Amino acid sequence: MGDNKTADKKNDKSKNPKRRTSGRSFMAIREERWAWLFIAAPFIGFMLFMAYPIVFSVIASCSKWTGINSLWDNMCGLENYIAIFTDEKFWKSMGTTVIYMIGIPIGMILGLFIAMGMNRKIPGVRLLTTMYYVPVVSSLVAVSILWAWVFNYDYGLFNSIIKALTGMHGPNWLGDEVMIKVAMIIFMTWKGLGTSIILYLAGLQNIPRDYYEAAELDGASAWDRFKHITFPLVSPVSFYILVTSLIGGFQVFVEVQVMTTNGGINYSAATIVYYLYDKAFSNGQLGYGCGIAVILAIIIFVITAFNFMFQNRWVKTMD
Amino acid sequence: MDKDIKEAVSPQGQDTAKVKSPDAPKTTKVRFRRKRMSKGERIADIVIFILLAIGAVIMVFPLIYMVATSFMTKNQILSGHLSIMPDPILIGKYSEVLGKGQFISGIINTLKVEVPLLLIGGFTSSLAAFAFAKMNFRGKNALFLALLATIMIPFAVTMIPQYVLFTKLHWTNSLAPLIIPGCFGNVSMIFFLRQNLFGIPGDLMDAAKLDGCSYFGCYWKIFLPLMKGAFGTQLMLWFMGIWNDYLAPTIFLRDEKLWTLQVVIRSFNSYYAIQSDYALIMAASVIAMLPTLILFFTFQRVIVESVAISGIK
Repeated sequence: MGDNKTADKKNDKSKNPKRRTSGRSFMAIREERWAWLFIAAPFIGFMLFMAYPIVFSVIASCSKWTGINSLWDNMCGLENYIAIFTDEKFWKSMGTTVIYMIGIPIGMILGLFIAMGMNRKIPGVRLLTTMYYVPVVSSLVAVSILWAWVFNYDYGLFNSIIKALTGMHGPNWLGDEVMIKVAMIIFMTWKGLGTSIILYLAGLQNIPRDYYEAAELDGASAWDRFKHITFPLVSPVSFYILVTSLIGGFQVFVEVQVMTTNGGINYSAATIVYYLYDKAFSNGQLGYGCGIAVILAIIIFVITAFNFMFQNRWVKTMD
Repeated sequence: MDKDIKEAVSPQGQDTAKVKSPDAPKTTKVRFRRKRMSKGERIADIVIFILLAIGAVIMVFPLIYMVATSFMTKNQILSGHLSIMPDPILIGKYSEVLGKGQFISGIINTLKVEVPLLLIGGFTSSLAAFAFAKMNFRGKNALFLALLATIMIPFAVTMIPQYVLFTKLHWTNSLAPLIIPGCFGNVSMIFFLRQNLFGIPGDLMDAAKLDGCSYFGCYWKIFLPLMKGAFGTQLMLWFMGIWNDYLAPTIFLRDEKLWTLQVVIRSFNSYYAIQSDYALIMAASVIAMLPTLILFFTFQRVIVESVAISGIK
């Protein structure tokens, strides 16, 4: 909306490009100087805490640097990367990170169906939206502590329910290599579901009711209406949730750090950021850690690029 | 930090104003009246409502269980039987938590980060948003896009160099590593305030300038008051993001005396779980969650709306 204005101004400028520098009035130059001053702080911050660290990471990733020894005297080329790619722990934590993403489609499907239910504008449904959203705004550390307690082997909520229902003792959720992943997926889906619901609900409310009324007149079944109207028209929202969840999924750390000790049994719960933290801050291998950070940055960059490249092709819009 | 903020952050632009506009509810009412419900549909509504309500109860149940556990005696917790109602109700754990020096210092440290960050960071962000929305200068769009791209960069990617930088500057024995970077501005906030400012007519500025108002004066006297709603929402979401932040404080704060609240409750969890004092752990976590939950319940409409808008854009 607002971008029209900036576009107009651009056109004004391009009408007489030659006068751009020579003909600029004193007022315009003054305005520009003030504007640059106003945006200076975020820019200095960007240079110091973003641009510089990224360049630094790339350089340090080629050094056997520990923070105590010299960065430049220990340059080792691509040795860190070779070590990372041949490290079993790297692949294990990468695999776990991807396994946790099973929760993304589950959360999206649940979120879409719940949002569709809420979109029927049943009185009182607003309060329910709030209840679904509470986990999202809750402190991640606090709810991680809570879920570690819920999954407690002897006294936790889950195993108490299982015992009350079946009389048998439930699984050792956090002490088993497979169950810990199931537990994490359940927890993460619970934490993020509210966001998907709110986003889908907003998407659904944007679909004109006439579409459904017309389809009903044509005798389309509920499933047909879902398949040909709802699903395609919320695809921009689905795409947005998918991309942001993928980016978020590669950054899972707090859950693992709070709910397990040393990444769980045989490192079975560790994620890629946990592995990075472990190497850099527990083992002091800062150069090696920077290598993992660079790999992580490349992954996020690829997802973002993928987002820009395919959004227009795959996502159907109202027009 | 990124994840929480990203989740919490949201736009608050003219779209919100549209939602709030007085004629919006009228149109929905008309639509409701026009559409007569069949009996089958009404039954479907009831069934769906019940299903949604069951789902909602499942969602909040762990949190209820958390509060319940904080009031239970050790005997009840360790009985292994499924029980939700604390019997007897024990409130002693809350006073025990609040009596712990480390817990109180955690709250104070968190506030010491919050106040300067929101004041200074809020100022620099809104000033930059004003420049991007209402002023003309070369490279405006390119500079803005460069800033915006940084939202995508996860904190994990930059944390090692930042840690080394802060250690070299001797910041790691203070709260400075958590405060100073944010004081330079928050990109999401700049983005959403800029969106909001596009909805305010620029003529106001031209008129003010004719009256001899400086650029800073235009920002301070005219646009800052006009964007205060969006500004408030953004500050609140940022407050919640800082309150819940964990990764940056664990890395940058070596000294226990500097720990923020989230780091403190995490250390309580590892320390008291060995003693099976789950009531204390839960009481500490409940208190740590309260401020953001109170904010959420008070301002849920704006928060939910702003999250919703972020998806449509």
